Amino acid sequence: MKKLMMSAAVLAVALGMSAASASAQEKLKACWLYVGAIGDFGWTYQHNQGRLAVEKELGDKVQTVFVENVPEADSERAIERLARDGCAIIFTTSFGFMEPTLKVAKKFPDVKFEHATGFKTAPNVTTYNAKFHEGRYVIGQIAAKMSKSGVAGYIVSVPIPEVVAGINAFMLGAQSVNPDFKVKIVWINSWYDPGKEADAAKVLFSQGADIMVQHTDSTAPLQVAEEQGKHGFGQASDMIKFAPKAQYTAIVDNWAPYYVRRVKDVLDGTWKSQSSWDGMAEGTVHMSPLTNLPDDVVKMATETEDAIKSGKLHPFTGPITKQDGSTIGEAGKPLGDGDILGMNWFVKGVDDKLPQ
Amino acid sequence: MDAATAILLTIVTAATPLLLAALGELVTERSGVLNLGVEGMMVMGAVAGFGAGLLSGNPYLGILAAILAGMAMALLFGFLTLTLVTNQVATGLSLTLLGLGLSGLLGESFVGEPGVRLPKWLGIDILIPVSFILVAAVSYVLFRTKIGLVIRAVGDSHASAHALGYRVILVRYACVLFGGACSGLAGGYLSLAYTPQWVENMTAGRGWIALALVVFSSWLPWRVVVGAYLFGAVYILAYTVQTFALGIPSQLLLSLPYIATILALVLISASQRLTRSNAPACLGQPFVPDR
Repeated sequence: MKKLMMSAAVLAVALGMSAASASAQEKLKACWLYVGAIGDFGWTYQHNQGRLAVEKELGDKVQTVFVENVPEADSERAIERLARDGCAIIFTTSFGFMEPTLKVAKKFPDVKFEHATGFKTAPNVTTYNAKFHEGRYVIGQIAAKMSKSGVAGYIVSVPIPEVVAGINAFMLGAQSVNPDFKVKIVWINSWYDPGKEADAAKVLFSQGADIMVQHTDSTAPLQVAEEQGKHGFGQASDMIKFAPKAQYTAIVDNWAPYYVRRVKDVLDGTWKSQSSWDGMAEGTVHMSPLTNLPDDVVKMATETEDAIKSGKLHPFTGPITKQDGSTIGEAGKPLGDGDILGMNWFVKGVDDKLPQ
Repeated sequence: MDAATAILLTIVTAATPLLLAALGELVTERSGVLNLGVEGMMVMGAVAGFGAGLLSGNPYLGILAAILAGMAMALLFGFLTLTLVTNQVATGLSLTLLGLGLSGLLGESFVGEPGVRLPKWLGIDILIPVSFILVAAVSYVLFRTKIGLVIRAVGDSHASAHALGYRVILVRYACVLFGGACSGLAGGYLSLAYTPQWVENMTAGRGWIALALVVFSSWLPWRVVVGAYLFGAVYILAYTVQTFALGIPSQLLLSLPYIATILALVLISASQRLTRSNAPACLGQPFVPDR
């Protein structure tokens, strides 16, 4: 079914492009490939906001194109289609697009590729990511301060390093406030399914959690929290509209500055392959306003945020005790980027076993 | 509310949209029409229900709009397959694609808007008792009234029903429309009660599960209830077990509802008594009256 929809989407893009290319011959074509719908109000929505920012800033020199709802397993054709249709730079915005992006990049050495959240680069493939775990450390502290039961529920999609690092950063933040803090984890094997996310939230609340953390993209878990008089944190976008009483804060992704910068680089001919990993300091990750919280917790969270921004605090500062009791990292020094980007272990205090 | 009650309520909430959609499809199939467009009708119901609820501020109007949207899609399906006699399988599949695409287009401005929520009665969603009343009503009509007899006759042997003077096409239109109304209602339940919001493709494959449930139930209404609740229970249990952190791979747990569905279907297909006796003999066959 998805394949059919995909072909329809690709066809639509192809048609749209051929119609537009006559009038916009001299404009640079910048293209985006999305794993979800631009209307998910989460991950893909934020990437699309970035694309719109590019259009706003560089609209007279740039034409933008996007394909949404592209299944990871079937993305190679879609990427190749974009490359063939004259895109000068292609942003592929899901972890699972990594290998297909590299494959297509080999065939089109003149096209610039930018892959989000991956770890493999090539002369014409750049990776970019955001340090979401910085935000997760902050919400870990808030959760530990605010939870009465001392248990948070955590809804996650699939066990990739970014998600694992998020859980670990959350727990390290929570443990810095309450060393005995517990987290119950439910994997739903999907980035975006409001029904599943709501059900997982209901189950977690019934199992004693009173604060909900999500690494999935819909607003459903927060709505459940709102309904049950519990609390939670928004993901990717500020979701306060859906949970005015329940949301403490949200970890917001802001890709606009990065996208504008990179498309400008292509226009200026200064684009180079690199691995970019921005965080709170660069504004790619920021916390939405702290709400429904007492003043002392707001103060603590703001101070933590400032410390992370200024580089004084690093969520993964050694030594860190792993689940199995071994330690990693040198005392007082942050873990290397590689350790975080390839994280495949839980910190001590997480009960869950990592699906292999 | 203790943990057990909460889990039970979650199971019922998860099962109700499946139950509603499957019940409608059961009636459609009983009249001999296979409509694979359940997912498309459901998602149109979801977007129409959400939109009407949001714009009018009245969730009951939303539910009404959801039902009407499902029926509109069903009417289109009926016109194509019954009047123009197109292939039911192909038409049903395209109905799903049409619904998914059209709903995304129509719902674009609803994204990110908190809508209205259907009020709860005595702590439960009103559509839960409604779903039971519907099952009882469908069961009664199908097996205790003349109308039901005619529907089953049309589904089992449209030529004989036609020879007896019954208007086969009209009966089928009515059953297809009922199926659309139920699917639309299920969609409205999703966007007005289950997760009160609109997001593209929010049915997430539930229409297909509903289709499987009809076969699972061997076309008997009360067995649809058993099937939907069983599926809901296994599905919620998969989450509950995860919170105990027993180290069972989550992928295995998450595939359990589907494994259970396949197992049940295999077991049912193995029993001739269950399949032959109830499957409408003319299911999926077009009817063109002789002139």
